[in-house]
Amino acid sequence: MDSVALFLPQLFNGLSVASLYLLAAVGLALSFGLMRVINMAHGEMLMLGGYLAWLTLMVVPGAFGILLALPVAFLGTAAIGALVHMGLIRRLADRPLDTLLATWGLSLILQQAARDLFGAIGVEVRAPDWLAGSISLGDVVIPSARLMIIVMTLLVLGGIALMLNRSRIGLDIRAVNQDRMMASATGINVRKVELTVFCAGAGVAGLAGVLLALLGPVTPNAGQVYIVPAFLVVVMGGLGSLTGTSMAALILGLFSALAQIFFDVSIAQMLMLVLVILFLQIRPQGVVAVRSRALDV
Amino acid sequence: MSDPDPMILSAAGAAPGAAPLTAPLAARLAPVGKALPWLALGLAVAAPWLLSAYDLNLLARFMAMAILALGIVLIWGHGGILSLGHGVFFGLGGYALAIHMKLADLPQGEIPDFMQWSGRTALPWWWEPFSSPMFTLLAVLVLPALVAGLFCWAVFHRRVGGTYFALISQALALAFATLLVSQQDVTGGFNGLTQFSSLFGFGLTRPSVVQGLYWVTLAIVVAAYLGLRLLLASRFGMLLRAARDGENRLRFLGYSPTPVKVAAFALSALLAGMAGALFTLHAGVISPALVGVIPSIEMIVWVAIGGRYSFAGAILGTLLINIARDSISSAFPELWLYVMGALFILVVTLMPDGLAGAARNLIERARAR
Amino acid sequence: MKDESTRDLLLAVDGVTVDYGGFKALDGFSMTLQRGETRVVIGPNGAGKSTLCDTIIGRVRPTEGAILFRGEDISALPEQLIVARGICRKFQAPGILPSLTVADNIGLAARRDRRWWRSLGFGIPAGEQAIVNDILEQVGLTARRATQAGLLAHGEKQWLEIGMVIATGAELILLDEPTAGMGPAETRRTAELIHSLGDSRTVLVIDHDMSFVEQLGATVTVMHQGRFLAQGDVQAIRNNAEVASVYLGHTA
Repeated sequence: MDSVALFLPQLFNGLSVASLYLLAAVGLALSFGLMRVINMAHGEMLMLGGYLAWLTLMVVPGAFGILLALPVAFLGTAAIGALVHMGLIRRLADRPLDTLLATWGLSLILQQAARDLFGAIGVEVRAPDWLAGSISLGDVVIPSARLMIIVMTLLVLGGIALMLNRSRIGLDIRAVNQDRMMASATGINVRKVELTVFCAGAGVAGLAGVLLALLGPVTPNAGQVYIVPAFLVVVMGGLGSLTGTSMAALILGLFSALAQIFFDVSIAQMLMLVLVILFLQIRPQGVVAVRSRALDV
Repeated sequence: MSDPDPMILSAAGAAPGAAPLTAPLAARLAPVGKALPWLALGLAVAAPWLLSAYDLNLLARFMAMAILALGIVLIWGHGGILSLGHGVFFGLGGYALAIHMKLADLPQGEIPDFMQWSGRTALPWWWEPFSSPMFTLLAVLVLPALVAGLFCWAVFHRRVGGTYFALISQALALAFATLLVSQQDVTGGFNGLTQFSSLFGFGLTRPSVVQGLYWVTLAIVVAAYLGLRLLLASRFGMLLRAARDGENRLRFLGYSPTPVKVAAFALSALLAGMAGALFTLHAGVISPALVGVIPSIEMIVWVAIGGRYSFAGAILGTLLINIARDSISSAFPELWLYVMGALFILVVTLMPDGLAGAARNLIERARAR
Repeated sequence: MKDESTRDLLLAVDGVTVDYGGFKALDGFSMTLQRGETRVVIGPNGAGKSTLCDTIIGRVRPTEGAILFRGEDISALPEQLIVARGICRKFQAPGILPSLTVADNIGLAARRDRRWWRSLGFGIPAGEQAIVNDILEQVGLTARRATQAGLLAHGEKQWLEIGMVIATGAELILLDEPTAGMGPAETRRTAELIHSLGDSRTVLVIDHDMSFVEQLGATVTVMHQGRFLAQGDVQAIRNNAEVASVYLGHTA
């Protein structure tokens, strides 16, 4: 009974951690599948989302504020994503490692700017009362904010899946993902597709930032906490696969939460890295392998 | 796919002497260019008489870091492997020596003060062997190379790509630093290990020892520089560059690229470990703040500024950035992060071959005139 | 047990299928090569020609079937061991090592001991140096031996890679579109180069260019949608109605 009481909340905790990993990683994974580049400043999109939520609540306090903060954060970070893509990522096309370095430089600047603008200690976003409480299911008490994170993640995931599989732009994205040259030859504007995916990814990270703000104070390095696990999710997930990324996030989120029952956080983190490296020994192509000639080149 | 590599000729040690210098300007510049490295070496040897004790100590630290930078040129410039976790190998070397010095300072049967404060009563078992100087020296060299070799092999033998490698190496740096902080009772936690009084019986405060250690560091820089140039000029260097430019071509010529990469990576980690040990000696401290994610990536900026293909550029870049860092961050600490961020963006987008590349362009332009 | 015909059999591709998640790039494809033979494989785009090369060389693993080289199934060997058995391939896009010199490109290919720790030395040993000189002469790049390979013209890169493939000493050489991007004069020289290999090497050429195929004067195998379609000399293939309809895009 005792072990169950310990296990279940931690399992639920793991689900919410996995949700945050996924929201942080999904934009990275989709852009990586499309362009083979990683934006190291992606974590700062989470941070910006958090600060945008705080600013929104300054203007519109209360329950409505937090709902308003979601679109504000999405659009705000997506707009910044557009600037990053046009100013940096596009310039460094075909130089994936240099892109890592340049975007990391940007990440440093954004963090320091946040420190100068909002202070190093961070700002507190007060969750509205309906989110501050918790719901109890039998013995297990579930904080509402964490439930909201899981629900939001499912909504976002559904939205992305719908966009990829049902919309015109989704078709274009899949085409570019499979064979860039052919897609471009059939008249698809590859640059526009890349820009769209990049902005949407940044926007989703901004949403994740709002959710993070419900859990604790928004600090200048809020993004750093989640970004390294998000990178591992991308590595483990497989090239540009939504299913693979989701499964990897789930595996790593649950693993991290459950490992923390037995070990302290730092050892759990090390074990997570070991898990990913071991996983690559078995499936170097990631959870979901796309077998295609285009990927061999 | 791969970056162009205009520095190959000079970096591989094959003198680009085929084209005779025709322009008078270039002819006048050539002897200066030849004399420059000797001048730099002469100044470096004479530094103990030219600099104050404080500045000499700074220079010694930066020289130690330059050893690590040389290793990064090998793997990043010539091997195409971007490591965002070299702080780990720097740290392994540093902590290995620091543990030894901590033990050497202790009276018989006592444990370090920070262990007492966290309620420990005995040394952890893995501290014990470090009381031997031989074991420690061996650990400084072998431990980083071994960890790096295993890590690199685990990722590359399953042909996981270079971007993945960079991300995983960063995760390694984060995990290592977090582990050091959290296991405070055996690692000294956030403060790390500090306050060493002697090394192998030599008092670290004696001026002659300080000078001697500086020269040892300088000698290792020179030896590493020459050794790596020789290595690049060998067939191994050829294979390494081939693995960077056409891993598949190499594979279908019957070579296995993985061991070449692993060997180069392990060698660069060995250099990083030495750098960490020497740095710990000169700075008198090793701590998580010196080995985590941000320091690891800062190491890349030294090399990026100097020029990723050039060993001389890497030494220069390391010295320049660290001198700049020292003067800027003491006066305006918050400014330094902006400078670093901007440097990364500007160098990578505008000057991917760094200072060495820019210098080379200038020489070539002078020659062409 | 070995009779006359199997002793001369070098390569047998035996019912190989390569399945890319439902799309079969090769579909139960079989063919054989005799020692010393030169063979041309043609077929419309997507016929599976390059996948055939990929499969022989171990870049792609067959879903079904086997690849027998000198009677041994090599379809599960790592690439470098397949090369060590004596098969080497020229890629479609020139697969040279751009930052090395022309001579070093060939020198690397000519080395017989390819274990990494044997690379801790300088220069190319004398025995292999002779091979390098011969091959530079053969592919007409002697004058450019000290040039960085990345600076060569497109046609020269193609010849350099052919030279590298020959230098490995492989008995079976796969040339994937060796004349891609070449003019008529260069194409003719390439055909002469392949001829000059004589009977000592077995060569499998993939190409589109029918005039080149004619110059080679070899047996032609036609592939279509991953399957074997026809085989014969150039004339017979030209007169084959099924082949013509495939190339014109009709289903036979």
